[in-house]
Amino acid sequence: MATVRIIITLKPGILDAAGQAVRQGLHALGYEQAGEVRVGRYVEIAVPDGVRPEEVHQMCERFLANPLIEQWRFEGFNPPSTSAPPQKKRERPEKNARAAVHH
Amino acid sequence: MRAGVIVFPGSNCDRDCLHVLGDVLGQDAVEVWHAETSLDGLDAVILPGGFAYGDYLRAGAVAGTSPVMAAVRAFATSGGPVLGICNGFQVLLETGLLPGAMLRNRSLQFRCRPVHIRVESTRTPFTRGLREGQVLRLPIAHGEGSFYAPPALLSTIQDSEQVVFRYCDADGRVLPEANPNGSLNNIAGVCSPRGNVLGLMPHPERASEAILGSEDGRGIFESLIAFVASRHPVAVG
Repeated sequence: MATVRIIITLKPGILDAAGQAVRQGLHALGYEQAGEVRVGRYVEIAVPDGVRPEEVHQMCERFLANPLIEQWRFEGFNPPSTSAPPQKKRERPEKNARAAVHH
Repeated sequence: MRAGVIVFPGSNCDRDCLHVLGDVLGQDAVEVWHAETSLDGLDAVILPGGFAYGDYLRAGAVAGTSPVMAAVRAFATSGGPVLGICNGFQVLLETGLLPGAMLRNRSLQFRCRPVHIRVESTRTPFTRGLREGQVLRLPIAHGEGSFYAPPALLSTIQDSEQVVFRYCDADGRVLPEANPNGSLNNIAGVCSPRGNVLGLMPHPERASEAILGSEDGRGIFESLIAFVASRHPVAVG
C-alpha cells in the first residue's frame, strides 16, 4: 500500500475568509511578517501500489474538492521512506516523489 | 400532494418540513431515509436543512453520494419538483443539480436571524403563486451560505432567469447591507435551467405559522401544492 497526501485549498482570487481571520490572529500575536494566509484541507488516503495519478485527480474532481472553488495538489505514491524497503524504491524509481498540481 | 422529505444522517429540519406540509397545510408528507433508492409515488421532494454527515469535507458533499441522490437526480431530470432548503440547497449544489457553490460566510459567523428576500422569478413551481418583487421575511441559520459562481457561470445563471431570490431590505431594495453572508449579487436562491429544482438558504418551513413570527414561507409550499394539483387535475363528478 501507498499513502497519497492531498492538499485542497480555495482557488486564488476566491475570498478565503478563514485565511484572512488567521492572518489577523497572526498579526495580533506580533507576527507582522505573515502575508496572505490560505486555509485548506488535508486528506490522506491509503491506496494500492500502482494507483495512477489520474485516479487521484478524479477522486478530487468528483468528490474531495469542489472544482468550482477549490484547487488541489497531491504527492506520495510510496510509503514514507523510513518504512519503505530500499530495494523497492530502486526497483520502481518512477513512482518516487511523484507530485501533481491541479488548478 | 404526496411529498417526500429526505432524511440524511444529520438532517435536523426534516420534522419541521413534515409538520408544515402535513399538520399546517394538510398534505401527505413522508420521510424518505437517505438509503432509499426509489421515490415512486411522490409528487415532490424536499431536501431539508441540517448538517448532513456533519458537513464533513464540505457542506452537502458526502450527502451527495447517498443512495437516494441517484433517485433524486432521476426525479429532477423527469421534471419533478425538488426543493433544497439551506443544507438541502448545499447538497443540490454539490451534486450539480443546481449551479454554483457555497463559501463560508464572509463574516465567518454562523448567522441565525430573520432576513428579507425578494422574489426575482415566479417561473418555478415554488414561486408561481408569489409576485415578482414580493418581499418575504424568513429566518436564515447557516455558516456556509455565501453563494459563489465563477464569472461566466454567474452570467449564465443571471441571464437565464435562474436567480429566484435575492437578499434585500424590508422595502425590497437589494443592498450590500442586506446581504447576510457575502453571496455574490445578494443571491439567496437559484433554480435549475428548467426551474423545477430550487435551492434557497432561508428557511420557509420556520416561517409558515403566525405563532413563529412570520407566515411568509407558506407561499412557497402553497405554490408547490398548486403546481402539483395543476399537473394532476382531480377528476370531478
